[in-house]
Amino acid sequence: MRINLTSVSVDDQAKALRFYTETLGFRLKHNIPLGEYAWITVVSEEAPEGTELLLEPAEHPAVRRYRTALVEDGIPLASFAVDDVEVEHERLVAEGVRFVQPPTDLGTVITAVFDDSCGNLIQITEEKGQP
Amino acid sequence: MDIYRAIADRTRRAILDELVDRSGQSLFELCGRLIMKHGISSSRQAISQHLDVLEAAGLIRTRREGRSKLHWFVGAPLKAIGERWPIATDEDISNPTEEDIEE
Repeated sequence: MRINLTSVSVDDQAKALRFYTETLGFRLKHNIPLGEYAWITVVSEEAPEGTELLLEPAEHPAVRRYRTALVEDGIPLASFAVDDVEVEHERLVAEGVRFVQPPTDLGTVITAVFDDSCGNLIQITEEKGQP
Repeated sequence: MDIYRAIADRTRRAILDELVDRSGQSLFELCGRLIMKHGISSSRQAISQHLDVLEAAGLIRTRREGRSKLHWFVGAPLKAIGERWPIATDEDISNPTEEDIEE
């Protein structure tokens, strides 16, 4: 068994596709129209054959309540690995991304949390090497 | 809620330490710091209750930023401790006189 797909629920699929590709730098893998919505997945440029991230419409009322509660407490819906959190933070801030938690050294890992402007908080993490 | 009870707990003191380190943290960030930096692995619900105690004592304030609820440390209530038991200056520290002891 393998994890080939995971998802984030987004307010607006077109806006989300722009943010996840143009701002974050992921690559579009599938964009299949399905009536009102589309099946849109992106992958990492560093692992184009890796796990796909589905940009799923947040149309179910329970999804909205769930996301509102998570955002209120600052809990990210997804977490992505980066080589250098400080560098990504600087790059994304310059792109106008709002961080709710700046780079924070937690000992074994450095994390930061930003608003994806599509209704979610996203965490980025950098594993620290052994001292 | 009096401030003495509010700070008479290791977890609540650690929460204040972390809010002094960085103002304006979410519950998620605080919980991450508590477990990673202090080894305090209490549930988010338990930490949330500690935050309620600190807020009732006036030691933290919360504010919404965007759709997130963030927490700030407020030191002002701690002034009452220093006023009740003033910190002696070097000049004040001397052996009590016979008169002091009789009193």
